[in-house]
Amino acid sequence: MLKNAAAATALGLGLAWSGAAIAQETVKIGVILPYSGPFADAANQLQAGIDLYMAKHGDEVAGKKIEIIKRDTGGPAPDVAQRLAQELVVRDGVDILAGFALTPEALGAAPVSQEAQKLMVVMNAATSIVTEQSPYIVRTSVTIPQLNYSFGKWAFDEAGIKQAYTLVSDYGPGHDAEKSFSQGFTEAGGEILGSDRTPVANPDFSAFVQRVRDANPEAVYIFVPGGAQPAAIGKALADRGLAPPETKIFAQGELTHPEALESMGETARGIITTFHYTLERDDPLNKEYVEGYTAANNGRKPDLFSIGGYDGMHLIYEALKATDGDASGDALVEAAKGMAWESPRGPMSIDPETRDVVQTVYIREVQEVDGELQNVIIHEIPEVKDPLHGAN
Amino acid sequence: MSDVTANAPFDAQGWLRRQSRWSPLEVVFWLALLLPFFFFPTYLTLASQIAIAALFAISVDLILGYAGIVTLGHAMFFGLGAYAAGLISVYGWGEPLSGLLLAAAFAGLVGFVVSFMIVRVQHLALIMITLGLGLLTYELANSMSWLTGGTDGLRGIRTWPIFNYFRFDLWGYTAYSYSLAALFVCFLVSRRIVNSSFGLALRGVRENVRRMPAIGSDYRGHLQKIYTISAAIAGLAGALMAQTTNVVALDALSFQRSADVVVMLILGGTGRLYGAIVGAAIFLIARDQLSGVNPQYWYFWIGLLLMVVVLVMPKGILGGLSALASRWSGR
Repeated sequence: MLKNAAAATALGLGLAWSGAAIAQETVKIGVILPYSGPFADAANQLQAGIDLYMAKHGDEVAGKKIEIIKRDTGGPAPDVAQRLAQELVVRDGVDILAGFALTPEALGAAPVSQEAQKLMVVMNAATSIVTEQSPYIVRTSVTIPQLNYSFGKWAFDEAGIKQAYTLVSDYGPGHDAEKSFSQGFTEAGGEILGSDRTPVANPDFSAFVQRVRDANPEAVYIFVPGGAQPAAIGKALADRGLAPPETKIFAQGELTHPEALESMGETARGIITTFHYTLERDDPLNKEYVEGYTAANNGRKPDLFSIGGYDGMHLIYEALKATDGDASGDALVEAAKGMAWESPRGPMSIDPETRDVVQTVYIREVQEVDGELQNVIIHEIPEVKDPLHGAN
Repeated sequence: MSDVTANAPFDAQGWLRRQSRWSPLEVVFWLALLLPFFFFPTYLTLASQIAIAALFAISVDLILGYAGIVTLGHAMFFGLGAYAAGLISVYGWGEPLSGLLLAAAFAGLVGFVVSFMIVRVQHLALIMITLGLGLLTYELANSMSWLTGGTDGLRGIRTWPIFNYFRFDLWGYTAYSYSLAALFVCFLVSRRIVNSSFGLALRGVRENVRRMPAIGSDYRGHLQKIYTISAAIAGLAGALMAQTTNVVALDALSFQRSADVVVMLILGGTGRLYGAIVGAAIFLIARDQLSGVNPQYWYFWIGLLLMVVVLVMPKGILGGLSALASRWSGR
């Protein structure tokens, strides 16, 4: 009885608040990210993407003022993310949940978005299953299978590789990458000679690379987290004489993103990666984006997190325009379904069925351009969907 | 313990009885914990996480504050409890109360096994052993991703309504009521333990482990018992977290969680059960407020707070307050 009365009062309060929010003509976006802790850099890059979009397009859409409320999870803590999402909804009265650099954060917040019926824009977390956790989730980043399944197919069909070896970090994203690359590759007709998993923290790659060398594959597929590891594995590969063109080296784009390229130096030459965003892609929209971003962030260049945040905001702005300022979850998610636009990364859209991102996957090779090593696009696979949706 | 010698030179039983009497201040304290229902209904999820953290802190206080077992790996039991409760639910049994007890029993069982190792070492070696066990459990859960979901976390937990009636709502009414009730029950048990002759023996171990056998007390048995109980309570706290949020990730086992709970205890005051609750509340409220103001650098302020508390009130906030109070009444 007491509980019900209290709940009714609280609900009344909440309604009064949302009423007030409409009266003030603001749309509140609660951004949940690991602003502190080991993933703070990713969060800051993503936030910079959000800020850039808002600086460019103003903070008013469809007559509503956009207000951002930031909350810190400190890392992959789903319980914290869930509490923050709950509080953002019941206390701060946000209309939209956004951010989510890490899969556990998105999984924690998903039930809240479902129960509160709020649009939830996942701007990074890259595990397939994320969008299946709530009918209000839309993703504007990428999924690991999306990149690697088509990459595996390409490796057999276009690059003519018949046998490959996989070497991935022993954690969730690494397992996903291994699985989807192998799946794409073997379905096309290729053969996986062997698979090894390296420890996530401070691995010594030399023994693993030696095993790859002993198997003598035509290509090796590598997935390691960013940071110090790209340089370490680059060195291990070079030391053992595993290098293109004799042995092709395949990887996901993080391995050769600009900062990693600097630390890898010559050992990066010829590495072929799959990614959804390429900094140097020759496109006026991308040039403008990179220039704006670099100017606003002390010369720091945008990365995959930045583009996820940037396009996430684009989705929110466009959805609000389509609903004429109606910020209810149902209206916004309907508006988001099937939305298509030109992003700095290239053409992208939201799959109306899975609410997941559909985009061009770029196959890039590290080549020397004007005396500098960079990722040069050698192949484009348009309109790639996540291959795992509906499969499980 | 100075008050032991001051108050009960002859009659230990009488002293214990006096200690276990409820003071009006305690009643007020527990009533105050009901206030969020009426005054801060939008903070109930935070309140429920505070209750869970407080319960976890109590479990650590029992071994660290009372028995002198320094640990930096107690998140191991928190996480085991959380995963146990989560897995029971994933495999089809979502009834919360039985899930809670099963998870606590599982964590307690593991705690019992581990306790054989724990009682053999002291001081630095103890810190290393607990730290190592914590890290091992973390890596084990990471590599057993077919069971635990690995870095993505355990999915598909569905906790049924309590008594088939109170559903876990968005506002956190059920979550806080449930966590608070569990906290209160475990607090009663812990209070009974520390105010028993067993509790007194534990303090003896803490003060001088070599003298205990000399006065005919088997300290290893005592330590094993309290370690097992503490592990079970930590597991229960973890299970509460799993059930109230329906998610468990590797973070439940992380070193950060083990370290945070020690910070909470130091803030609140070790060797007093209320210190664990107050410390958890201060830590989480400070974290919530500070990270709301400055999401990037809030830990700086926590560090500062910790240093100030340790420098000004070496026995924690409650220790400092009670010292003040006794000086006041002594005058």
